[in-house]
Amino acid sequence: MRYPFVTGGSDFIQGDEAIARAAIMAGCRFYAGYPITPASEIFEAMALYLPLVDGVSIQMEDEIGSIAAIIGASWAGAKAMTATSGPGFSLMQENLGYAVMTETPIVVVNMQRGGPSTGQPTLPAQGDMMQAIWGTHGDHMLIVLVPSTVQEAFDFTVRAFNLAEKYRTPVVVLGDAEIAHMRERVNIPKPEEIKVVNRKLPRTPEEERMPFGDPDGDGVPPMPIFGRGYRTYVTGLTHDESGHPKTVDREIHERLIKRIFRKILDNKADIISYHEYELEDAEVAIVATGIVSRSAMRAVKMLRERGVKVGLLKLDTIWPFDFDMIKKLAERVHRIYVPEMNLGQLYHLVKEGAEGLAEVTLIDKIGGEVHTPGEIVKRIERGERR
Amino acid sequence: MADRIASTYPMVKYLRREALPTALCPGCGGGTVLNAFANAVDDLKIDPKDMVVVSGIGCSAWIASPYFLADTLHTTHGRAIAFATGVKVGLPDKKVVVISGDGDLAGIGGNHLIHAARRNVDITVILVNNFIYGMTGGQVAPTTPFGAKTTTTPYRNIEHPLNIAETVTAAGASYVARWTTAHVYQLIDSIKKALTVKGFSLVEVISQCPVQFGRRNRMKEPAQMLRWFLKNSVSIKRARNMKPEELEGKFVIGEFVNREKPEFVDELNRLIDEVYGR
Repeated sequence: MRYPFVTGGSDFIQGDEAIARAAIMAGCRFYAGYPITPASEIFEAMALYLPLVDGVSIQMEDEIGSIAAIIGASWAGAKAMTATSGPGFSLMQENLGYAVMTETPIVVVNMQRGGPSTGQPTLPAQGDMMQAIWGTHGDHMLIVLVPSTVQEAFDFTVRAFNLAEKYRTPVVVLGDAEIAHMRERVNIPKPEEIKVVNRKLPRTPEEERMPFGDPDGDGVPPMPIFGRGYRTYVTGLTHDESGHPKTVDREIHERLIKRIFRKILDNKADIISYHEYELEDAEVAIVATGIVSRSAMRAVKMLRERGVKVGLLKLDTIWPFDFDMIKKLAERVHRIYVPEMNLGQLYHLVKEGAEGLAEVTLIDKIGGEVHTPGEIVKRIERGERR
Repeated sequence: MADRIASTYPMVKYLRREALPTALCPGCGGGTVLNAFANAVDDLKIDPKDMVVVSGIGCSAWIASPYFLADTLHTTHGRAIAFATGVKVGLPDKKVVVISGDGDLAGIGGNHLIHAARRNVDITVILVNNFIYGMTGGQVAPTTPFGAKTTTTPYRNIEHPLNIAETVTAAGASYVARWTTAHVYQLIDSIKKALTVKGFSLVEVISQCPVQFGRRNRMKEPAQMLRWFLKNSVSIKRARNMKPEELEGKFVIGEFVNREKPEFVDELNRLIDEVYGR
């Protein structure tokens, strides 16, 4: 496969561009989208590159149609992606739940901008974290990855496809306008250096007939994709292992939904990724994700120079969430600061994880600017003087 | 019951037996549409393994899934055509069919209907128009006749219905026809043409819902509704020479358009060949 961009080398590109290139290297061959700031450049790059690798990019009439089309394409056997920002992400929520319920591997990118509503179209925010996790209705489980650099935008997009395929689930890549439009040097691996995971397909006639079975005991059913004569029945209604609706059977509903939870939660160790900086001897911790974690990292260095024993836990995955890890952290430090570009979302997860063992303090900021390291330093210094 | 259907009904080979008998109400037109569709598939000798049937939400969506035995995608309300677009692009050699109702495809999903017709994507849509939201209890639809009573227009409907076949014709579809459930042979014939034609094809089927529509509009017997269809049907040829006021309350039936036009997936693949081969 020849790629229409540099591989096995570095390039100086926007986050949106990095996501498009990563998707293509991860095997994405179907993109459906609708223009929106600050995610349009992902679409434009996909429209440019996909035909060059025998792939398809189409513009739908809205974001609802975009996510519908990628779910359809995924059942047709393609790796598929769409990208959007807040307003479009809101429109996609119903079909995101459909992808959870029908266990359809898709990747949905949301480059967050200020909200609610049309809000601040060109400016970054982290206001969609709870929506990414809980936006669709009903009990559901999915995976949410949050990049903090253009390199991570690339790496996490590859990872998003692999996790979607491995666990037959939608995966959300939750970036922001800063990552979307910022240019940074990115190392793009050689194709053979990228590990690409493909979905399980049915291996026996029994598995062909059971699109929602669990033959391997890992909660992940092989996917009898369309067009191969399986006559697969897919519905968003509560269904049994054969796919047939069983909408008033309590046990079947519970078995289905709990398996969808289990296939993700039993594999937290594989799915969750994070980085620790200077936490070994820390008395104070910062927990951050996405673009803000870069300011937090700098703040750690500045505070260390001033003698404050502070460390950073930088989360790559915000869902599933490792509450135990936060509890262990809370046992070691007396206070955890959570800087985020909203009025408190990750904060609530951290607080739940800390179980009162450490005080958890929110450092909120909204309006479209990333916290400066100095702002985080000031808040922590003030907090620690008390 | 399912065994009796299986032993006496030749089209049962196209149906998911475990889902029979259907959940459709007695007298519903949905069975007629399913029968016509199965007969069209049978006449054309299409292997259902080469079909993907997509539906939305509502009584008419059930015609496709669970009842039709192919790969079936029972999707969210209004979005069947958008899902089907992704399926068709992914599997260009398969027949992709959408079967759903008027509220689903022309109400909440109206935007997808118009744009799929504009793109002329090679999907066959069988739109069952029963003038009402049946499954949810008989609420007014964008197709409900002016003056009709429904549960959300208990006095009378003050809105005018959407002319679906004409809208889709204007949007650019390759093939558009409208029949009623009282015109079964013409309906089978049109479904066959729709399945054969390259491009977006729509067959609108005016269908009876005696339980939710007829009952509240002095036609509680299914036969009364079928007689209403027959009495008020006007062929498109004759309708062309009639004044708008003469056509008030009539059902214009026949082929609205049957034309050769560039098709979306073909164009897409031609473009990819051009660019990829470069």
